[in-house]
Amino acid sequence: MNIVVCVKQVPDTTEIKIDPVKNTLIRQGVPSIMNPFDKNALEEALQLKEEYGGTVTVISMGPQQAKATLRQALSMGADKAHLVTDRAFGGSDTYATSYILAKVIEKLGPFDVILGGKQAIDGDTGQTAPSIAEHLGIARLTHIRSIKIDGNKCIVEREIEEGIEIVEAKLPILCTATKETNKPRYATIKGKIDSLKAEIDDITLADLPNMDTTKIGLKGSPTRVKSTFTPKRQSCCEIFEIVDPRETAKVLFGKLAEAKLL
Amino acid sequence: MSLLYTNEQKELIALVKEMAETEIMPFVQELDEKGECPRELFKWAFDMGLHMLEIPEEYGGTGLSYETTAMIFEELAKVDAGYAISLVTTFVALRNVILSGTPEQGKYFADIIAKGNFAAFALTEPSAGSDPASMRGTAVKDGDDYILNAAKTYITNGELCSVIVGFFKTDPAAKHRGISAFIIDRETPGIIIGKHENKMGLRLSNTTDVTFENVRVPASNMVGPEGSGFKLALNALNLSRAFVATLAVGIMQRALDESVKYAKERKQFGKPIIKFQMVQQMLADMAIKIEASRVLVNNTMRMMDSGSLVRKEGSITKTFVSDCAQEVTSNAVQIFGGYGYSKEYPVEKLMRDAKIFQIFEGSNQIQRMTIASELENEYK
Repeated sequence: MNIVVCVKQVPDTTEIKIDPVKNTLIRQGVPSIMNPFDKNALEEALQLKEEYGGTVTVISMGPQQAKATLRQALSMGADKAHLVTDRAFGGSDTYATSYILAKVIEKLGPFDVILGGKQAIDGDTGQTAPSIAEHLGIARLTHIRSIKIDGNKCIVEREIEEGIEIVEAKLPILCTATKETNKPRYATIKGKIDSLKAEIDDITLADLPNMDTTKIGLKGSPTRVKSTFTPKRQSCCEIFEIVDPRETAKVLFGKLAEAKLL
Repeated sequence: MSLLYTNEQKELIALVKEMAETEIMPFVQELDEKGECPRELFKWAFDMGLHMLEIPEEYGGTGLSYETTAMIFEELAKVDAGYAISLVTTFVALRNVILSGTPEQGKYFADIIAKGNFAAFALTEPSAGSDPASMRGTAVKDGDDYILNAAKTYITNGELCSVIVGFFKTDPAAKHRGISAFIIDRETPGIIIGKHENKMGLRLSNTTDVTFENVRVPASNMVGPEGSGFKLALNALNLSRAFVATLAVGIMQRALDESVKYAKERKQFGKPIIKFQMVQQMLADMAIKIEASRVLVNNTMRMMDSGSLVRKEGSITKTFVSDCAQEVTSNAVQIFGGYGYSKEYPVEKLMRDAKIFQIFEGSNQIQRMTIASELENEYK
């Protein structure tokens, strides 16, 4: 079984600062981590490998610093890691990123299972991984709880709002993991040492000859960030002077329902 | 942090810190109260390989230097030194079987430990503590076997261990030279694990009596030549003294971390108590002692890495560091005031944990005797 996991390096903070001029995230000075949901995706991949055999390849698109995240994936037990990096890829939105990653997966593949986190904690779009499946023309199942492989198909449990959905799908499949999917393992000391010495190669535009360059980078990205801001915290108080407690309850219920708090 | 760490060392320390603070720290207060640590909680350390860090790779270990291993164990001890010592005892026992035993004995012992099992080191007896040569336990040759009889006490990992390195007199008339060491499988008939000590500190560490009643082991289980047990015990103690000193540094660092944080938060007379000179002096003295201790431990580890026996240096390190630890943790309680005396806050436990370091692996009084006798030899 060949498994590929898409991971993203994200700033380790919930208090992300925004550049007031460029309207993009300020990444400098903030420690970076592997996106937590991607860690769950990697754990799922490692468990699949332990159960069915095969290899786990990890890819990440980003600058050279993102190799730290790839090393972390190697230290946890991934077999191979590649950094997807090129100036031409800079400024890519989720559409362009997923297109590039799909091309990389095609080049490195074929794969039976593609895994990613349900979303990244910085951009929070949740679009990239599912879009990869669209570009590749394969099925995708998001927010999974478990995957079981049965020949050339898989049985996947998904978390949905109403409960658990059990879906059967043909391989190859793209799945996204959540915090509930599993508990990611720690690297072993030996794994950590080996990962620090591991060679991680770069995959650049030159390595991907079938790329439609109009679909990549800032120019190939249909998304434009108009403005980004931190919402102001507001609190106000409204006093109802009603004598009848029944009436008070009614009004209060109406107000709370209106504010979508019920 | 006072040492020059390599990138690799930094990464390993960060990894262990994350694991220990996430998976172990939340349970420490409750387990300290109960005086136990469930085996499942050690799964994290075993999975990571913390029980075999400095064991050579051919025995299934990671092959790290003593220096790096010590840095990792300092980090673990910040969270709980009792948890850490269960692992230290295990790898010190294994290391000494590898050093003094045959390759087969080393491999046998290592294979048991590698699976995620504990080892114990059975030397102390109720009437033979600082003076191990006075031990009464015996090993009597019977055909191809030895029959072991002894009452051992204060055995770390007694209840948890799968394999024991035990010390017995093969020649009761001889003093030091009458002691021999044996590898004993925990499941061998006649081994009775006694009561678990209700200790003042290191309460996550398991400490029991172990009684040997006509325990039969093959003669091939003897480690090293007959009568070499005392030498083996001394070598093991040189190693474990350096490592317990590392744990004491961890305890002290935790005490300082907690104290500075508290002194910055706690306000009296309208300002944080860290602004008062007398508190400042205490904190500064704590930091001075910790820095000096850490550097001393580091130097001893590096000497061991280069093959030195550190007979004097190990004793100096253990004595200095454990005396510092007692003072530093006591002052941490002092800085916390009444809160420090309460089990609601973490520092009283550190003070209880620190005390044993002046006692075990040879009391600090015995260490000073050793240091003085080494000096006497040096100046001949």
